[in-house]
Amino acid sequence: MAYTRAKIEDLVEGKIDPDTLHQMLSTPKDPDRFATYVEILQERVPWDDKIILPLGPKLYIVQQKVSKKWTVRCECGHDFCGWQDNWKLHARIHVRDTPQKMEEIYPRLMAPTPTWQVIREYFCGECGTLHDVEAPTPWYPVIRDFEPDIDAFYSEWLGLPVPERVDG
Amino acid sequence: MNVSVNQKSLQGAARGVVRGGETLKEHRDRLMAATKASGHYAGLTKLELREAEPILYNKLFSRLRAGVVDARETAKKIAASPIVEQEGELCFTLYNAAGDSILTSTGIIIHVGTMGAAIKYMIENNWEANPGVNDKDIFCNNDALIGNVHPCDIHTIVPIFWEGELIGWVGGVTHVIDTGSVGPGSMSTGQVQRFGDGYSVTCRKIGANDELFRDWLHESQRMVRTTRYWMLDERTRVAGCHMIRKLVEEVISEEGIEAYWKFAYEAVEHGRLGLQARIKAMTIPGTYRQVGFVDVPYAHEDVRVPSDFAKLDTIMHAPCEMTIRKDGTWRLDFEGASRWGWHTYNAHQVSFTSGIWVMMTQTLIPSEMINDGAAYGTEFRLPKGTWMNPDDRRVAFSYSWHFLVSAWTALWRGLSRSYFGRGYLEEVNAGNANTSNWLQGGGFNQYDEIHAVNSFECAANGTGATAVQDGLSHAAAIWNPEGDMGDMEIWELAEPLVYLGRQIKASSGGSGKYRGGCGFESLRMVWNAKDWTMFFMGNGHISSDWGLMGGYPAASGYRFAAHKTDLKELIASGADIPLGGDVDPENPTWDAMLPKAQIKRDKQAITTEEMFADYDLYLNTMRGGPGFGDPLDREPASVADDINGGYVLERLAGDVYGVVVKKGADGLYVADLPATEAARAQMRKDRIAKSVPTTEWMKGEREKILAKDASTQVRQMFSASFKLGPKFEQHFRSFWTLPESWTLPEEEIGVPTYGSRYSMDLSELPDVHTVQLVEE
Repeated sequence: MAYTRAKIEDLVEGKIDPDTLHQMLSTPKDPDRFATYVEILQERVPWDDKIILPLGPKLYIVQQKVSKKWTVRCECGHDFCGWQDNWKLHARIHVRDTPQKMEEIYPRLMAPTPTWQVIREYFCGECGTLHDVEAPTPWYPVIRDFEPDIDAFYSEWLGLPVPERVDG
Repeated sequence: MNVSVNQKSLQGAARGVVRGGETLKEHRDRLMAATKASGHYAGLTKLELREAEPILYNKLFSRLRAGVVDARETAKKIAASPIVEQEGELCFTLYNAAGDSILTSTGIIIHVGTMGAAIKYMIENNWEANPGVNDKDIFCNNDALIGNVHPCDIHTIVPIFWEGELIGWVGGVTHVIDTGSVGPGSMSTGQVQRFGDGYSVTCRKIGANDELFRDWLHESQRMVRTTRYWMLDERTRVAGCHMIRKLVEEVISEEGIEAYWKFAYEAVEHGRLGLQARIKAMTIPGTYRQVGFVDVPYAHEDVRVPSDFAKLDTIMHAPCEMTIRKDGTWRLDFEGASRWGWHTYNAHQVSFTSGIWVMMTQTLIPSEMINDGAAYGTEFRLPKGTWMNPDDRRVAFSYSWHFLVSAWTALWRGLSRSYFGRGYLEEVNAGNANTSNWLQGGGFNQYDEIHAVNSFECAANGTGATAVQDGLSHAAAIWNPEGDMGDMEIWELAEPLVYLGRQIKASSGGSGKYRGGCGFESLRMVWNAKDWTMFFMGNGHISSDWGLMGGYPAASGYRFAAHKTDLKELIASGADIPLGGDVDPENPTWDAMLPKAQIKRDKQAITTEEMFADYDLYLNTMRGGPGFGDPLDREPASVADDINGGYVLERLAGDVYGVVVKKGADGLYVADLPATEAARAQMRKDRIAKSVPTTEWMKGEREKILAKDASTQVRQMFSASFKLGPKFEQHFRSFWTLPESWTLPEEEIGVPTYGSRYSMDLSELPDVHTVQLVEE
């Protein structure tokens, strides 16, 4: 199965038509999706460093153009940290740990009870984008969600050359 | 081919029941040894039938699969229980001689593994010698200690013979409405040990020559409250099993036993290879970490349990490290999970792992090829002693789903990160809902019969948001992809409870760029019941379903019940009475209409049997799904639509989404785009202003940990997880750079610790051989 670039753009924008969406869900995956997807995203970000892997709607692992270092970057251009670090430790955090703070975003009686569960919001310090929300108990370590094996992904699964990387 | 009939080595030996002359135990042992040695199921490095005769292979698959689905659809019409007949809480699965599933019907497909576990238990414990496994036998099982999900899922298992030799098994399962547990309802809460879970049957032979034994019929019907449902459910299962047995006989007579026999094993290896291929086609190799929680609020006065040592608040904890390797294999490690507890929310390793396939059929392997191949293709590590692999034969299971659904929802997030990275946005799902509330109870119903109820309206919760659209509202439950909310008219026939309202539960879905689907709520008035009780069962203090990539968790639950309502007089006088939904619990409208009522409106979403009289009210609220993406990126018009449709409270449009709305002359809200743009710009600035660098916040949190400043339930959870998960403790200590002198023994918390030191596993009983299917 293959889809036109326009259909993948519709998908990225949340405007995909129901028939194509159903086809995407119910038929084997299109192996070229990653290349088309990254190409589309690359055109939409306000910088020209290469996207290595999208991590969220506005969060990417990128290859810095000159240094070839890989970093975790917000769409606004803010670099959180190196790609092997937990970006949340380099973000800004707001913790909802009182009933008042919970009721700002939930109806009364429908929010978690803060002595059982808190809500931790991780923001970009430059643009204020909310990149992730954790909802653990108090004391819970910040979670390192994802450590991708990008070398194996590119070279062994996609058959693509691994982009140049300068570590450190 | 290793599964070929093993006649040569058996010459002179006592003849076993399996085709070719092996005993069941010899057969399974040989297959498992070949699987271990080769890495391929049954040593099948080559799928001979599939490769040589692909059309025949697919014909066999399609015909058998269609047959088991047909058996389910036909048999469920025999049932009287609305859980089975309306909600489709049944499933049929075909197994090979070793008890590995070949294919399964639609429905509650968690049982693809649980009935297989029962067959394997019979094999390992030599049922072949005593009580014997013969053609036309009927077995029954619901034992959660050997792999069942909970006692209300009753298995009927029938061996399949061809020319006097056993060639496989068929199993059928229905969720019955009552098992005679301490409290009425299939998933009751009051008991804290399995002895209170009700009728427990371990792979018992209940029939021969296709006829149920009379002692079984007499005993079983009086062990449960809802006898009529029980008996018709059993006929449903037997009929379905016999339909499938007949189909297999027809297929063999047309295609030959050799082809069927090969198919019965190759299909499992095919399933294993299929999973591996899908992992490579859809995910990204790497390590993913996620966690789930749910609350067990037992310190409250409305949770009446028989034992002091169960009377405490606890949190169930399921961290998961998912490793996807570059060869397409994967491992799920639940190190750090909490200990089993004195409640009914424990799970057997088989129900935990088998249930994951229900979820995977909705994402990673959305095919008809659901069998034990996926299980053989997955490494699970569930430490012994945890809630999902208990080490004590006293543990209760009746509502194991309380945490199963909440533990699995974390896996959606892990998988969705890989789908998102690859651009398969259509597959991203923020999670599933905590599928509750469960309205349960019993007494005498409107037909003056002893009765029990478990309303399955929560088969229609909200689903998680995706990366391209909102979650579906009041639509689905993770455990039954075919479930729905059922017809009100049918529930009113089944329960002495009149509907005063049924509507969308506003703001129950998690916020986000794409909103989680909303649940719904039903207001029920007790009518024509006698000596009636009900209780609540769901999450309250904890929202078990986090959002994804900036989306928020779904809302958690609460309870509303009203006694001594005076509604009889209010109705007679024509006064306003509660109707519809409890739209905004902060500004309730019903309470003032019931000035004399005793109202319970709080976060205690789990209770035990409470007395209800006619005209009392019970609000059944269904949960929503979690959200995806930053709410400030949601289309403003969608937020206005949400308010108009009753999906979001107006107040939250501004506070969560930064959308300024105006009410038009037609009464509908529209988004004020310039004002919204300004509001959102300000909110982004406010976010930066009110937040702190994570490392700064960590310093303060570390001080709280050093001072052991947290609620009892939080401290108890960590303490119990440390004990069973040394790696988890090590990570915790290193993350917070805690000194060695800092310890958290459970004994210092001041809550009961029964079960933390002493336990006795089922495997310690005489002449019992349990089947271990995961790494412990």
